[in-house]
Amino acid sequence: MEDIYAKFVSQKISKTRWRPVPPGSLQTADTFAAGSWDNEENYVSLWSIGDFGNLDSDGGFEGDHQLLCDIRHHGDVMDLQFFDQERIVAASSTGCVTVFLHHPNNQTLSVSQQWTTAHYHTGPGSPSCSSAPCTGVVCSNPEIVTVGEDGRINLFRVDHKEAVRTIDNADSSTLHAVTFLRTPEILTVNSIGQLKIWDFRKQGNEPSQILSLHPNQQHVVATGGQDGMLSIWDVRQGTMPVSLLKAHEAEMWEVHFHPSNPDHLFTCSEDGSLWHWDASTDVPEKSSLFNQGGRNSTFLSHSISNQANVHQSLISSWLSTDPAKDRIEITSLLPSRTLSVNSLDVLGPCLVCGTDSEAIYVTRQLFS
Amino acid sequence: MREVLIPGVNSKKKQMCFDWGPGEMLVCETSFNKKEKSETEPGCPFIYIIRKDIDVYSQILRKLFNESHGIFVGLQRIEEELTGKSRKAQLVRVSKNYRSVIRACMEEMHQVAIAAKDPVSGRQFSSQVSILSAMELIWNLCEILFIEVAPAGPLLLHLLDWVRLHVCEVDSLLADVLGSENPSKHESFWKLVTILVLQGRLDEARQMLSKEADASPSSAGMCRILGDLMRTMPVLSPGNTQTLTELELKWQHWHEECERHLQDSTFAASPHLESLCKIMLGDEAALLEQKELLNNWYHFLVTRLLYSHPTVKPIDLHLYAQSSLDLFLGGESSPEPLDNILLAAFEFDIHQVIKECSIALSNWWFVAHLTDLLDHCKLLQSHNLYFGSNMREFLLLEYASGLFAHHSLWQLGVDYFDYCPELGRVSLELHIERIPLSTEQKALKVLRICEQRQMTEQVRSICKILAMKAVRNNRLGSALSWSIRAKDAAFATLVSDRFLKDYCERGSFSDLDLIDNLGPAMMLSDRLTFLGKYREFHRFYGEKRLTDAASLLLSLMTSQIAPRSFWVILLIDALPLLEEKEVVFSAEQTYELMRCLEDFASRRPVWREPGVQRLQEDVENTKLEMLRLALARNLGRAIIKEGSLEGS
Repeated sequence: MEDIYAKFVSQKISKTRWRPVPPGSLQTADTFAAGSWDNEENYVSLWSIGDFGNLDSDGGFEGDHQLLCDIRHHGDVMDLQFFDQERIVAASSTGCVTVFLHHPNNQTLSVSQQWTTAHYHTGPGSPSCSSAPCTGVVCSNPEIVTVGEDGRINLFRVDHKEAVRTIDNADSSTLHAVTFLRTPEILTVNSIGQLKIWDFRKQGNEPSQILSLHPNQQHVVATGGQDGMLSIWDVRQGTMPVSLLKAHEAEMWEVHFHPSNPDHLFTCSEDGSLWHWDASTDVPEKSSLFNQGGRNSTFLSHSISNQANVHQSLISSWLSTDPAKDRIEITSLLPSRTLSVNSLDVLGPCLVCGTDSEAIYVTRQLFS
Repeated sequence: MREVLIPGVNSKKKQMCFDWGPGEMLVCETSFNKKEKSETEPGCPFIYIIRKDIDVYSQILRKLFNESHGIFVGLQRIEEELTGKSRKAQLVRVSKNYRSVIRACMEEMHQVAIAAKDPVSGRQFSSQVSILSAMELIWNLCEILFIEVAPAGPLLLHLLDWVRLHVCEVDSLLADVLGSENPSKHESFWKLVTILVLQGRLDEARQMLSKEADASPSSAGMCRILGDLMRTMPVLSPGNTQTLTELELKWQHWHEECERHLQDSTFAASPHLESLCKIMLGDEAALLEQKELLNNWYHFLVTRLLYSHPTVKPIDLHLYAQSSLDLFLGGESSPEPLDNILLAAFEFDIHQVIKECSIALSNWWFVAHLTDLLDHCKLLQSHNLYFGSNMREFLLLEYASGLFAHHSLWQLGVDYFDYCPELGRVSLELHIERIPLSTEQKALKVLRICEQRQMTEQVRSICKILAMKAVRNNRLGSALSWSIRAKDAAFATLVSDRFLKDYCERGSFSDLDLIDNLGPAMMLSDRLTFLGKYREFHRFYGEKRLTDAASLLLSLMTSQIAPRSFWVILLIDALPLLEEKEVVFSAEQTYELMRCLEDFASRRPVWREPGVQRLQEDVENTKLEMLRLALARNLGRAIIKEGSLEGS
């Protein structure tokens, strides 16, 4: 039974992200960043889950997460990513992309770099400096890729004032999310449900076709749609999702594969629930909810997650086409239904999520 | 009535204008009096917003709103399952939930008040803490009297708990005294023992007395006797099976024993012990002497009941309450609003309680939630207000409207409107259209709310606003997807026209990915269908499926879905097909094409500017001539091909 701790924080949370642990270390996640939205003053804040060595009377750790520091953010926080241990990149609804630097000695956040007109509209009716919300950001040191409602893709490099590369009008509708497939390729999803792969090595402004990857590697991408459907795609082959699973009752805001246990998938949705999909095959009896689907061109996708580093010999259970053999178990992690769960993040055994009821939920025992 | 000072406004001029909004007032300075021309700027160029409800903007109170929203929604949802005996227990649990949320808020605000750096804000927070404390006090009493509906006997126990919860210095004082080296010589020792007796915590009082007995042997005897009296006082414990009459009888005996001790002057040597005994006898004068320790009249009331009428019935409460209030105040001060509210509660006059609370508190939160809970207990008759809805609904509507005035808490308001059967939906429809939509994500959330409640008008209106914004920003793909979502044919036509215009100007389509994947949405509007089909024609041509391309082109022209302005382009598009080596158009099709051509030529659109017209006409005429030539040639080839034997 998982212990999940809730804390009301007086601001609607749009994104929560764990700080990455240094590779090779045995630490578990202990700090996360949260961004707020829809406030007159929005904040990016850093929280700690109290691994200070404080033991309460039962010998367990203090449950509640504590605020370490925060900083004012102009506009809604549309997306948040840790660039490295100390730097956080935030995408704003004013079209600005900011890099915040965390100073651990005095526990403060400061603005390290900012690109204020990363996303903007140009059009016959729009004023000359009309900003467009930046909807997604993804980092891979030292590069930052951002996408926005203006259909533009920007490639920034930290410490460079201007964008290294900009693809204008990459998409005629809003780009909702972006992820790295492998540097320098990115995958974007737009509001009419199309995945496009872009290769920055190429000069043109067209998306590259689906590349043929090494035959033994598998690239599984999961997308969550506006109608709550979860689709699993195999980027190697074809333009249709491998499977469509009817999941939530409303928009699915985020989909995450667990970074070290890729058989586990987490989704959160506007309908106020957070689901844990467990496709690991060691437990024999689970209910089967696999569904083969065809192409559904009217769903609108919102978020993507990419399953990296799958063992070459492992056939991903997500791509299996035999419903009888592979079963998926789904559990709902939040104790009661709330307003929309906007964001979630997993690292090791820890999960954090933020909701529109102005609460942040943290659990440290995902797989108990 | 409140006075608000507006900074920056010249109050000497006394010229201001204002306008009411849903939750706020806009104020600015005017200069109507000025006789001279308005060359100079008005003195104060700003517009000020005066907000009525500042509580909504407090950081800590926001947690109250959010948590209580969760409890409220939970209560409405389990309403159907609440039956029978468990119903009362469930409702009490909900009430306790609300109260714990209030307490948590109070705790936090108290911490902030202590830590406040400047005295003004510290005072503000402290006053907020006392308001919250009063709210919890009232709610707790309502829970005991209305929801728990404790009968005589347990009623007093609940009231004792109620009082104990709200006087917190006792525990700290207890710790203080016990922690000192010589407890009985502590300066506050007797004060502590008195308070313990006043609160009915006789076991602890007895422990203290035994310490006194150990310390001073002279009073050991008296302490022991008093201690015995304390031990033997009959109380109704929760698991006890004795009836009320039994308890009453026993209590009478015990009371007489205490009386006897007092008559015999057992405690005459120690004035402290004597006054304790008098208190335990319920002597009003003795109780009133302890006014300072009691601190308020309801404490006095409960103590008085404990020691004189422990089996008091709920309906008799108000008599004792009124007399306690009068005795306690003693004519020196008049009752405060809180006192009136509590009195109304003791009189079981729920409407009066709610009315007084509404007046006294600045925010609708308290009365809205309390009334809703009491309504679930089926305690409010359908007390119809003159505009049709009942009190519960009225309060919920007011509260939710206040939430909608807030930039962020509007999402909570939605659920409150949902549970107002008469005017909720209408109010929601009006409010939800006016939420400012700065990003697509927010728009999607609002649309989800509308779609879940089948508010198609609002969906259409919001999508139209978003589509219009997208068109202005030249995001035609977004505009099209919004108009498809709203099933707005007119707008889809507008966007398709823009696409076609772009094609005319640039010679190529700008957003192929969207048009290629319209699917069934293509049928939304004729123009959109045309756009999709025209693109399909281009694709056929690109894939060299020429016969398909040809028949598609023809059907586009004959089916009348092509706009007039586009016909010349369609006709010109036929040229390369006609020039192909193979015969693509059959004779039949060629006749059709010729007919279309002549149709078009005879009804050409009129150009506005005469100079341009000349040039345009010349170009067009040349094109049409080329077309006629190509058609004629094709006709010839087609006839020959069809006329000859098949397979050649």
